[in-house]
Amino acid sequence: MSSIITKVKKKQIEQFIAQDKRLDGRELMDYREIKVEQGIIERAEGSARVLLGKTEVVVGVKVETGEPFPDTPNEGVLTVNAELTPIASPEFETGPPDENSVELARIVDRGIRESKVIDTEKLCIEPGKKVFVVFVDLYILNHDGNMIDASAIAAMAALLNTKMPNYEIEDDEVKIKPGYTQLPIKQHPITVTCAKISDKLVVDPWIEEEQAMDARISMAIDDDFNICAIQKGGAGYLEPKQVLEAAKIAKDKAKQLRKQLDW
Amino acid sequence: MNEKPEKLIDKKGLRLDGRKFDELRPLKLEVGVIGNADGSAYIEHGKNKILAAVYGPREAHPKHLALQDRTIMKCRYHMAPFSVQERKSPAPSRREVELSKVIRECLEPAVFVEYYPRTMIDVFIEVLQADGGTRCASITAASLALADAGIPMRDLVVACAAGKADDTIVLDLDDTEDKLGVADVPVALMPNLNAVTLLQMDGKLSHDEFESAVNLALEGCKRIYAMQREVLKSKYANVKEVEE
Repeated sequence: MSSIITKVKKKQIEQFIAQDKRLDGRELMDYREIKVEQGIIERAEGSARVLLGKTEVVVGVKVETGEPFPDTPNEGVLTVNAELTPIASPEFETGPPDENSVELARIVDRGIRESKVIDTEKLCIEPGKKVFVVFVDLYILNHDGNMIDASAIAAMAALLNTKMPNYEIEDDEVKIKPGYTQLPIKQHPITVTCAKISDKLVVDPWIEEEQAMDARISMAIDDDFNICAIQKGGAGYLEPKQVLEAAKIAKDKAKQLRKQLDW
Repeated sequence: MNEKPEKLIDKKGLRLDGRKFDELRPLKLEVGVIGNADGSAYIEHGKNKILAAVYGPREAHPKHLALQDRTIMKCRYHMAPFSVQERKSPAPSRREVELSKVIRECLEPAVFVEYYPRTMIDVFIEVLQADGGTRCASITAASLALADAGIPMRDLVVACAAGKADDTIVLDLDDTEDKLGVADVPVALMPNLNAVTLLQMDGKLSHDEFESAVNLALEGCKRIYAMQREVLKSKYANVKEVEE
């Protein structure tokens, strides 16, 4: 996912950033415009569409019943899956999930899981036997860079919009009743991705910056400003002081985005 | 698995296996352990037993992947079905797919990829027994295997995790600490370049705790680095001390 940028363009991006400027006119610490729309898929129990600049992600949440994991018999189950649909980029191909989509899904999954977004104990129907399973499916519809942050916001927005079916237990059988209850949400993590270009960190890299970057680092920050998940990506490196700088940036940006999103 | 322990750290500040907070598990490193491979290494890190083998640089396969100006690196991290308590299906899990990617991206900055255009370098990692921290031990072994294959490198890559067990920041989590602890922060470093090539985390840490964990992990990396160098030297320098 990295070869289509020309060396000239890469150099131009690097030179701009070396002078604290970006080709699309943003400051180094600016996000692109974020638009969030919730409840766009009526068939899904929860959904959201997020535009981060021109990067577009739709997330649908389905809530079904299933068995709990043996080691957590009292807790519901969360699964996150990502589809890099071929309509989103000339670089994406059909076929089973490749390592990029697996990584994306797992980064978003860790952000939600580790910050304990969902009160999973409230998803238990019958301990050890039946629980609610929450499927979060990330659909990338247009890839213009920073799918990670866009997907994390979209997943969170969709979960906030998710309703669980009401049920009652009758003769040891779970009967779904009419009506819905809001999915119990405890945290609103925000994932902030920095790209390292020209030995500087910039937030929310768009696609050309991603193709020019040495490495990226994404951090999920919870409501209390703890770090809950981190992923470094790209075949480059960061100095230890840049790692700590990224943590500081993530904290500041999470605060700002949380205010902006009203979470 | 046995009953869950109530505490991971006792009153004396010692961990379940008796280590202090900043102590590594016992480590054993070997290079040149697979006859057919161009380079190979074996690591025992606690109860982790992991083999890494390097084939290449060799002709890129499939051919259309070949790049005109550099070699391509491939990596497969794989766990044996018998490496964990409950048998693991040998088919690659999503976790293995992700780890293969991050390990490749963590080794690549060390390799002079531009020296071998149109070729590929395969790094194969087989986890024979897992005991928490397999990705770090795999990286330590894989970079030794690359060096053993004679591939020019900027530095060795060495990895070690730190994390939080109960209320304490600890070095090198074992399986129990990994599963029951609060957070896990694997870090890979090229010590001479002071370059972090892998960083992941899951759990919950405040900023100060994160900073201490990273620093502790880096310290652990440097200690393992000394052992890495030693094992390469003992194979290649072939220097025997002779009493005068």
